[in-house]
Amino acid sequence: MIPVCRLEDLPEGESVRIDTSPPVAVFRTEDGGLYAIDDTCTHQDASLSEGWLEGCLVECPLHAASFDLRTGEPTCLPARRPVRTHRVTVDDGVVHVHLDAEKGTAA
Amino acid sequence: MRTVTIVGASLSGLYAARELRAQGFDGRLVIVGEEPHRPYDRPPLSKDFLTGRTGEDRLALTDAEETAGLDAEWLLGVRARGLDTRGRTVLLDDGRTVSTDGVVIATGATARRLPGDHLTGVHTLRTLDDARALRADLARGPRRVVVIGGGFIGAETASSCARLGHAVTVVEAAPLPLVPQLGPETAAVCAALHRRGGVELITGTGVGGLHGAAAVTGVALSDGRTLPADTVIVGIGAAPATSWLLGSTLALHDGVLCDDGCATALPQVVAVGDVARVGGTRAEHWTSATEQPRVAVTNLLAGRTLATVRTLPYFWSDQYGSRIQFAGHRRDGDTVRLTEGECTDDGPGEAGFLARYERDGRTVAVLGVDRPRAFLRARRELQRDERERAVPAAL
Repeated sequence: MIPVCRLEDLPEGESVRIDTSPPVAVFRTEDGGLYAIDDTCTHQDASLSEGWLEGCLVECPLHAASFDLRTGEPTCLPARRPVRTHRVTVDDGVVHVHLDAEKGTAA
Repeated sequence: MRTVTIVGASLSGLYAARELRAQGFDGRLVIVGEEPHRPYDRPPLSKDFLTGRTGEDRLALTDAEETAGLDAEWLLGVRARGLDTRGRTVLLDDGRTVSTDGVVIATGATARRLPGDHLTGVHTLRTLDDARALRADLARGPRRVVVIGGGFIGAETASSCARLGHAVTVVEAAPLPLVPQLGPETAAVCAALHRRGGVELITGTGVGGLHGAAAVTGVALSDGRTLPADTVIVGIGAAPATSWLLGSTLALHDGVLCDDGCATALPQVVAVGDVARVGGTRAEHWTSATEQPRVAVTNLLAGRTLATVRTLPYFWSDQYGSRIQFAGHRRDGDTVRLTEGECTDDGPGEAGFLARYERDGRTVAVLGVDRPRAFLRARRELQRDERERAVPAAL
């Protein structure tokens, strides 16, 4: 379980990248949902935490591949492989990510 | 339409195949590719593939499952030699012919060469085989590398060679690299990146020739100097691969001339990607190559231009640890304003920068260096403007 930041420091519509290995992106959607996925796009080297968040989809800033934050599945090309998803909790006002090592790597 | 032949098995050819099936074409689909390889992604060739961070398995644009779904006949390792539009036939180099009702031209572009570039140690970087050869050459120990041309391929290759520990010099004929792409105001950034990466940049002088008997030994500059070299990379641009279409009825002028919908004067022939001059513009951009096929296929199947392409030009380049992204239509005379971050003579600041190109009071293009989030926002604004202002361009 990795502490990320205080909830109020992650406004709705924003994201933050944590330097785990591999790095993880944590998103807070416009309706307040919290999601964490592997940060690196499965297509090419780009940080999804710097992508465009719309609803539960994040668009890669480099080639506009799109991923569903809830499942990690790509919703359009050029990505064809999913990113891993990780569970997020808020404990005492602090956002935590529970790294999911079970599902194997995104690569 | 019972048979469609896609000539060109790279990015835009593959996207055209996907679109044909996605848009309901269930006839015979033939894909002709000059290279022996299945479609692969070229951008990493000058970057992570060259430095060894990415292997060939990561370059594939498609997999067995998708390939099976496309249900195409792949004719790989054979060049198209001609297009007989009256007989509706694609002629292949090995003498075979493909009878077809529709044709998607996706032959891309070919790296420009220099006289004398047959010497050992002289490379271009366009194809997987090019990249393999260069990678093997660079693995032979510390090399003196001269890169001819300071464009994106040249700069990325120089950056990768420097990262591998080679001594690198870039020769650029213009006073600054990348002026046509970025404009004089911001092109200096790229010169600064070369310096930062420990690469010598020689500008304002052309190349007179290459020295060497069997293997290259040096590059003669037009100012009289000679640069000793073990490895030379010729990165002086690419020309659209249209020679096979000479003698067809198609109009060629720096590419296959198409209307705004990628359609040629013949309703059963469309063109996409680097080879296509769409509505007066030929873009050698990854994004164009992936966006044009949807429109082209719609028009091919309809037999007339129903849809037009509205791609906002977008390209990116990774060099010396920096990511350069550009979108929009720049013109000389635009006012360039740094709106975020900082950039000095020594290059971009640590947090990068965003520069806007303005004309008549509105943003027409945007350049971001290591500023992906701000760039993405600005690019989306431009895309929205483009859609709202959509004015048909003249052919």
